[in-house]
Amino acid sequence: MSNLAINFVYVASALLFILGLKFLSSPATARRGNVLSALGMLLAIVVTLLSKDILDYRWIIVAALAGAMIGALAARLVALTSMPEMVALFNGSGGGASLLVGWSTLYPASDSVFTLVTVVLSILIGGVTLTGSLMAWGKLSEVITTRAVVFGLQRILNSLILIALVVSGVMFVMNPEPSSPVFFALIGLSLLLGVMAVLPIGGADMPVVISLLNSYSGLAACAAGFAIGNNILIVAGSLVGASGIILTNIMCKAMNRSLANVLFSGFGAVKVAGKVEGEVKPISVDDAFLILEASSAVTFVPGYGMAVAQAQHAVRELAELLEKNGAEVTFAIHPVAGRMPGHMNVLLAEANLPYDQLVELEDINPRMGMIDVAVVIGANDVVNPSAREDEGSPIYGMPIINVDYARTVFVLKRSMASGFSGVDNPLFFADNTRMLFGDAKESISGLVAEFKS
Amino acid sequence: MEAVFLTLVLVLSIALGFELISKVPATLHTPLMSGANAISGVTLVGALAAAGADQGLASAVLGGLAVALATINVVGGYLVTDRMLGMFRKKDSSGS
Repeated sequence: MSNLAINFVYVASALLFILGLKFLSSPATARRGNVLSALGMLLAIVVTLLSKDILDYRWIIVAALAGAMIGALAARLVALTSMPEMVALFNGSGGGASLLVGWSTLYPASDSVFTLVTVVLSILIGGVTLTGSLMAWGKLSEVITTRAVVFGLQRILNSLILIALVVSGVMFVMNPEPSSPVFFALIGLSLLLGVMAVLPIGGADMPVVISLLNSYSGLAACAAGFAIGNNILIVAGSLVGASGIILTNIMCKAMNRSLANVLFSGFGAVKVAGKVEGEVKPISVDDAFLILEASSAVTFVPGYGMAVAQAQHAVRELAELLEKNGAEVTFAIHPVAGRMPGHMNVLLAEANLPYDQLVELEDINPRMGMIDVAVVIGANDVVNPSAREDEGSPIYGMPIINVDYARTVFVLKRSMASGFSGVDNPLFFADNTRMLFGDAKESISGLVAEFKS
Repeated sequence: MEAVFLTLVLVLSIALGFELISKVPATLHTPLMSGANAISGVTLVGALAAAGADQGLASAVLGGLAVALATINVVGGYLVTDRMLGMFRKKDSSGS
């Protein structure tokens, strides 16, 4: 196929990507949208393979088969609770691929400054995406500490890395020699930067990091597109880049923090908020059941703890029993509940809960006074009233779900340890709060059993 | 001139991306992310050219590795997105 024909087919691919994203804006059409987008990808791949520039298919076949197998197995086998880790790894592989594509452009080396600058950019962004995603994966799967890692000379060290990157980038563009130490320094520093960038970010801020890395993986593809002069990479890459940035922005707003604050402050390490004093009032499963049985409006507020306890199926069962009992049941989802945007929604969808039963915090907060029982399952910061009342609190100003305005609050919690951000939660000591200690799944299953008996 | 043209493509796509994505509801944020992630695997197109263009061993090895990584991204990304979206259902619909 001629290059002109191929480029026209790429336009069709781009259109399919765009339509696919458009269809994603409603749950009813989203699945079709994903298929359209996949068709666009297939089209782009097939016409590329038909290009007369491709002479040797051996490497391609082996690599593509291996990649397809790994990808398909991973997609099929991963537990939905591990979806953030999976997305992090996929982001990383995309970034790694863009790094390598930029690198391979140097054989044969080009002398165009524009091309060389874009090669440097694709190596930089691709490298940061690769190691940053691996770090995010490590933190999410708790292979490495989930706490923010902050040390004294961190900012100075990071600045030095950045300066060294710029210097090696400029040196390489002036003397493009792919086997020179300067070039390998460029790669090494990019990879190091990814590690250093994610290191000071705590686990609770992971939704921001995952969205940002998502954006980077698109921008890396974009940069690689500039390096090889390919439109489809630029179009698709920038669509993804834009999508990631929007999500990042939504996540930051949901925490009332700037992106810079999330990226550089090492939030999780700061624990200076005023201590909360008071008495917690535990409740047994039996008593909790009696209250729930008499309720006509119940809202569940899930958090990362629900994912950890794998309690989503039991929760759905309890919700159905409550509805049968005549109660109105809703699920209030905070935008940053969990470890990635929309994490809770996916888990509850897996448990077969209809998506129209999930409400966002703007919708539930005005009605909170009419809710008989708010059941908090493994959520902490997103229901912490300090965010509203305590100006000294590190999470002050963050929009929260006002469960403390409900008539009764049940907090399902393993023990009295503080939440992920290390901030104490006065909700636990409120007059209308009852603590249901123990494994969330066991507690919920206990309630389900009571309803059934 | 080509640089200008490519930059124009970039700017228009970003603008379009913002327009499209800001309409996606919160409940679909995870599938949006993994679906978008699969799209970013489009770098595979560049990797194929590098792996098969017969420009020497270095290019073939780098390209081959890139093909493998990008294929993981594309295949895994689309499949996992489809798996997730298959689970979203509306109330009182018969879907499982």
